[in-house]
Amino acid sequence: MTALPILSARSVTKHFGSRVACRGVNFDLWPGEVLGIVGESGSGKTTLLNCLAGRLLPDEGSVTYGTASMGAVDVHSLSEARRRRLARTEWGFVNQDARDGLRMAVSAGGNIGERLMAVGARNYGAIRRTASDWLSRVEIDLDRLDDQPLTYSGGMRQRLQIARNLVSNPRLVFMDEPTGGLDVSVQARILDLLRGLVDRMHLSAVLVTHDLGVARLLTHRLMVMQGGAVVEHGLTDQVLDDPQHAYTQMLVASILPV
Amino acid sequence: MPGLQDASSQDSGTYNYAYLDEQTKRMIRRAILKAVAVPGYQVPFGGREMPLPYGWGTGGIQVTAAIIGRDDILKVIDQGADDTTNAVSIRRFFAKVAGVATTTRTEVATVIQTRHRVPETPLKEGQILVLQVPIPEPLRMLEPRETETRTLHALSEYGVMQVSLYENIARYGRISKAYNYPVLVNGRYMMSPSPIPKFDNPKLDRNPALQLYGAGREKRIYAVPPHTPVKSLDFDDHPFEIEAWSECCALCGSKQSFLDEMIVDDNGKRLFICSDTDYCQERQQTRQKGES
Repeated sequence: MTALPILSARSVTKHFGSRVACRGVNFDLWPGEVLGIVGESGSGKTTLLNCLAGRLLPDEGSVTYGTASMGAVDVHSLSEARRRRLARTEWGFVNQDARDGLRMAVSAGGNIGERLMAVGARNYGAIRRTASDWLSRVEIDLDRLDDQPLTYSGGMRQRLQIARNLVSNPRLVFMDEPTGGLDVSVQARILDLLRGLVDRMHLSAVLVTHDLGVARLLTHRLMVMQGGAVVEHGLTDQVLDDPQHAYTQMLVASILPV
Repeated sequence: MPGLQDASSQDSGTYNYAYLDEQTKRMIRRAILKAVAVPGYQVPFGGREMPLPYGWGTGGIQVTAAIIGRDDILKVIDQGADDTTNAVSIRRFFAKVAGVATTTRTEVATVIQTRHRVPETPLKEGQILVLQVPIPEPLRMLEPRETETRTLHALSEYGVMQVSLYENIARYGRISKAYNYPVLVNGRYMMSPSPIPKFDNPKLDRNPALQLYGAGREKRIYAVPPHTPVKSLDFDDHPFEIEAWSECCALCGSKQSFLDEMIVDDNGKRLFICSDTDYCQERQQTRQKGES
């Protein structure tokens, strides 16, 4: 294993006009680690994630990614071609709304196979076998392989989106509320699935969520954001069991007891 | 210079040579030169209104007008036929405004404007094939945003086109796309070959003639220079195939040409004949000569 972090952010700042979306964010993500970003709506979580994934250009600061073969690169000074290539080979991005991450009019097999075909896979049978394999890994019946995601339930769409992203064996996955808007039992199933996949594929991940339960289950480390700034940062269990910042204390205290 | 003489002829109240004014022709020629320099790349140009509706060949007619000279011999085909309304009108148009000789014979033509077909008779070096294109963007149906398709072309990210073929096989068991079949030009640009049947795709590959594609409504010109490799997309285990017929042409007996199916009476009797009328007639004449 390399001694380099897979992703490091240095004073990442993004404004929208006079509004500050995120301010001076620093962290290092190590291989195999899952970092959670929690905070209320509008605290800049998604903006930060988009900056990290190269989808938004930060006003200040830098994001460095440790590539598999070419050492560390600055995500935002890469050419667009290189960045897009990274994004569809070594990275994954799971959107909150599966509609944004899937081609809704293309069958499940085509959705999973797209990344393979984008990097030059030209054997229909092999693509289809890989797609079926991934469909079963995300626990979707194989007879749904040729169905469009339009006919899928919300939970199945989300699982399909995960399969579509993981098929290229990425090293780093960005997840934006992967279980948002799903009912609790479906959430649990997806969390279970994600935890297994992250563990088995030795993935590193940055996970944005407002659900502390999700953070507790999936993440190793946690960053708490408020008003665009990181107010607390530490091991997940430590942050949740012994919150130091007033805002984190409020967040932890506002979890509804069952 | 012929251009100067032509400009003066405008004063006498007639159309300029080949209808378009000289500045417009220069602009189109610049677009054509760029298109030839970057095979398969869609070059935007300032399309003019032409005296025929969009969809009838406004792109092709502008390209033809920009390249046609007094010594050229023009052939115009529509769906392979020389005698359909559109073909006859465009041929007459250029006979009138450019005074060029016209023909229906593929081998003597120097400029061939076509819609939906590439002639069966092999083209030669020095000939120019002008294709009329309705939708120049091959990725249009897969990616509606023009900004995004341009990026995809710039970075040659063509995975999504392969996905559409995958969908075809998943749904129908084979690549069912029969016309406007996507091709990769010179290993670089994805190109829509205009709505020619995929039967004609192999003719585009390393063709000794120059191919120019004009889209009037979308104002794009692109080109395949002579002898340029043009590859139809496919999968290793589902290779590209062209249409085949069990019948032969009822008029000339050809088994090699693209056949149109015709219903000839009220009882549904069918007949297959060549879509390329010139090719069919040539063959009939040689056959008659052989018999007599």
